[in-house]
Amino acid sequence: MSSIAYKALNPFIQVLRPISPLAWMPLALFVIQDSEASAIFVIFICSIWPMLINTAFGVAGVREDWVNVARTHELSALKTAFTVILPAAAPTIVTGMRISIGIAWLVIVAAEMLVGGTGIGYYVWNEWNNLDLTSVIFSILMIGVVGMLLDSLFGLLQRAVAYAE
Amino acid sequence: MGSSFLSVERLTQRYSDGKGGEFTVFENASFGIYKGEFVCILGHSGCGKSTIMNILAGLAEPTAGVVKMDGIAVSGPSLDRGVVFQNYSLLPWLSALKNVTFGVAARFPDWTKSQVIEHSTEFLAKVGLTGDAIHRKPSQLSGGMRQRVSIARAFANEPKLLLLDEPFGALDALTRGTIQDELTKVWSGTDQTVFMITHDIDEAILLADRIQLMTNGPLARVAESVEITIPRPRDRTAIVEHPNYYAIRNHLVQFLGNRSAKLAGRDTAGETQSPETVRIETTEAADDHDEGPHLRAVQA
Repeated sequence: MSSIAYKALNPFIQVLRPISPLAWMPLALFVIQDSEASAIFVIFICSIWPMLINTAFGVAGVREDWVNVARTHELSALKTAFTVILPAAAPTIVTGMRISIGIAWLVIVAAEMLVGGTGIGYYVWNEWNNLDLTSVIFSILMIGVVGMLLDSLFGLLQRAVAYAE
Repeated sequence: MGSSFLSVERLTQRYSDGKGGEFTVFENASFGIYKGEFVCILGHSGCGKSTIMNILAGLAEPTAGVVKMDGIAVSGPSLDRGVVFQNYSLLPWLSALKNVTFGVAARFPDWTKSQVIEHSTEFLAKVGLTGDAIHRKPSQLSGGMRQRVSIARAFANEPKLLLLDEPFGALDALTRGTIQDELTKVWSGTDQTVFMITHDIDEAILLADRIQLMTNGPLARVAESVEITIPRPRDRTAIVEHPNYYAIRNHLVQFLGNRSAKLAGRDTAGETQSPETVRIETTEAADDHDEGPHLRAVQA
């Protein structure tokens, strides 16, 4: 990523990143006018940032030497991106994805509670209204377990793309 | 220098010094390299050796001047010019073999996969890497082995010009000796032209046909081109007995010790700076440390 592009985009990213998922919800509902799609938009807008920032950081941090190796082998820009830059930045990118999936899982539950109709978030709220605390506690545990599984899945992916210098 | 395979013509490199002024590394530097020659460049740190190397590789652009290979001006990196970097520059997520096949596949896109692997394995074997070692990642290899892989990658591409940037700088003396021998072995079987940066005088004498001596920077220049008048094949223990060895070595030490500083910093006044050819030939015993009378300086 060029440093000009980075400087141009960074303020927007820094302003959008700390916005709570709940704050997006009304605007999303107003613009999209579909609760399901709004929920997906909110999940997307909240979880994209760590992935985006880490990707930019990872790509910017690719060692000059490796890029020079690609250049002296006359690799095309696309080939350089796939054979040198992507593997070199993969560990950082996957770390970003791992953080993002964690945030996405948090936001899914919150969005489902607001939008209602389906999902574990809606279920928790519904059971609260039924005053069925056993189901609420069970759901909370399930949310935790699924989150852990998602995280360890990305942990495996991280190990697969890791390399030692 | 008209018949040179590679000719460097009036190369100038200036950097901004950050205060609105300019800092000239070298100016109007010109020299040539013949086909199949092994040329070493010696000089103190900061004289612009690596800058010249990067320009030859096409990784950097000079402020002025051209580099011509086979009469065609060089622009940008090319597979015709292979580079061995000081810090090996192997891709750490690929095995040693994959690091070589990666280059070979780029060089010969028409080859089948098995052809590429066969060719790569052959070159790895030439530098002494066989069996299980070629399937290991660079992090699981010693420094010497990594540099071997790097040399194999460069030679396997069969470039017209091979550029070596202090390839043995980070290695211990014993490993360095072995790899120097392997380098000579791989090189002598080809008609490849090699241009190598080094800090080691003995290494330069052992490997080179000609040594380019650079004065100190700023305003450095390639001041002398010393021919190594020791016949090949050279053996590291035998060449020290050769009468020319110490004469050449003394000349180089004197240059780096005294004259490199004295000759530095001269304004070129727009003149082309070509190195003076020096040929040291003596048949007398090497115990004579004053090489003066045997030295003939010939203007190129």
